[in-house]
Amino acid sequence: MAGQVFAYIVHKDGVADDTAAELLAAAAKIDAEAPVTAVVTGAGAELDGVCNSLTAFYPEVWKIDNPALAYPNAEIIRKALVSILPAGAIVLLAYDTFGLDLGPGLSIKLDGAYVADAVDFEGMDGSRLKVVRQEYSGMVSTHVLCDLSNGAVLTCRPGSFQPLDTTTAAGKVVDKSPDAGDLTVKRRYIQVVEAEKGDVDITKSDVLVSVGRGIEDQENIELAEDLAQAMGAVVSCSRPIVDAKWLEKARQVGTSGQTVKPKVYLALGISGSFQHLGGIKGAPFIVAVNKNPKAPIFQVADIGIVEDILEFIPELAEKVKESK
Amino acid sequence: MEILVCVKRVPDTAENEIEVNRDGSDIERDDLVYSVNEWDNYAVEEAIRIRDEVGGSVTVATVGDEDAEEVLRREMAMGADNGILLSDADFAGIDGRGIAAILKKAVEKGTYDLVLTGALADDGAGQVGGMLAALLDWPYASVVNSIDILDDGKIKVGREIEGGNHEINEIDLPCVLSIQTGINEPRYVGIRGIRKVASVEIPVYGAADLGLSAEAVGARVSRVDYFVPALGAGAEILEGSMEEKIDKLIELLKAKGGLK
Repeated sequence: MAGQVFAYIVHKDGVADDTAAELLAAAAKIDAEAPVTAVVTGAGAELDGVCNSLTAFYPEVWKIDNPALAYPNAEIIRKALVSILPAGAIVLLAYDTFGLDLGPGLSIKLDGAYVADAVDFEGMDGSRLKVVRQEYSGMVSTHVLCDLSNGAVLTCRPGSFQPLDTTTAAGKVVDKSPDAGDLTVKRRYIQVVEAEKGDVDITKSDVLVSVGRGIEDQENIELAEDLAQAMGAVVSCSRPIVDAKWLEKARQVGTSGQTVKPKVYLALGISGSFQHLGGIKGAPFIVAVNKNPKAPIFQVADIGIVEDILEFIPELAEKVKESK
Repeated sequence: MEILVCVKRVPDTAENEIEVNRDGSDIERDDLVYSVNEWDNYAVEEAIRIRDEVGGSVTVATVGDEDAEEVLRREMAMGADNGILLSDADFAGIDGRGIAAILKKAVEKGTYDLVLTGALADDGAGQVGGMLAALLDWPYASVVNSIDILDDGKIKVGREIEGGNHEINEIDLPCVLSIQTGINEPRYVGIRGIRKVASVEIPVYGAADLGLSAEAVGARVSRVDYFVPALGAGAEILEGSMEEKIDKLIELLKAKGGLK
């Protein structure tokens, strides 16, 4: 069997991320018998709290406590991990903006293989792990074989690996801080600038009329605004609409935008990337309208309508107004 | 500032429905429309803006076959000064690490201060920039959505992090950055612009020119197949005429509290 398995755990405000349990489940899919070690970096009492919480389900938790690690700067963390991890280590990370920052370079420095954004592991084929990923914005899936014989870094899509029924691990915390080595780097964290507040708070709305790339043109945004007004809803959007500057950032639903909890979510011309769906919580009633019958949004929607939204929206708005 | 931007030719998902081919060995490539990877276009635009502000040059490079040359010309029509095609029969079947190893050699052939990639491409891995930085031992920042040049030796970059927040970092040059969409508004490229650069010579470097061994680009990750996953319940698809669909939808929306 391959090398020792580690899960690097992200935490914020003294609380381990939800992916902590998911990475444990992912590790079990590589080898159900192998013990998995959590690795946590940070500073002070907050770090200790996180480590202690993880001992409930990880048999061993390695902590690196250093003032330089108070903010998760991937460049510094990479150096620390390279110092403490054994040769051939298999490292699991969450696939998020931190995983994107840390994972690829870590795999090079550990001289291991790298697979990003795994959604499932389907067992070993000799020394190679069979990984399921998605490509082309989720339109197709693919199996890849990742050679683990020299170690690997694998990033796992949040929400894809269902946490196991956690048995009590009564794990121990091992302080690896003295082994972290020189942590000077050429990238210095300055600050986090909070997202600007918009004129509308989409997180407060029960009904969202959300538009995506299918709206095609800036002037068509009006169609959605008209429909939203008729419905008593608020207009939100997916990322491409903000990139094009047709709507303000505060209206964007997704992991890089707002997390919303409406009762009804009308997804118009939105393909349904996992980053977008990651911003929709609370299991709303989702209606998807898209001219592409294969759009991934139809897999998660309650109701699907295959139509061109540019024709559909005005008609729907008209009927809504009549129905009042 | 000497800037290298690494770009990729990809199937244009806005123009194509991506489907798995008959035996699952690949996606269906007949009649696919290709374009430059969307993220890379933002990276090239950002490079051009930096050059126009502080001087220097922009070079675009890609790893691919002769068809990949068209995306280099497109980005040169946008305003990049030079193009480099990294192409060799031995590059077939390489993984992200192999691409990064090839790009490292291309970087070392020049005197670059800044290397940009797109944050993601068609495979959604977002790996090449970070690997390239680690191979070069240069600092790296991913998912960058703002760049300010401070002086010859350092820049200030904003990274997009969860919740729409921005993480601000100072980073020493030379460095590698992966660029997020939305950082700027890429300029339009017309047919005339493409024509202007149609006859510009684009050098082609193979494995021997770059001093690359087969080992350096050997793949540790290989594809087995493409497939369409067995779908769960999925959405209930409303059938009928547009009018029938709308009537049914309004009924449902009323029942679910979607109409006020």
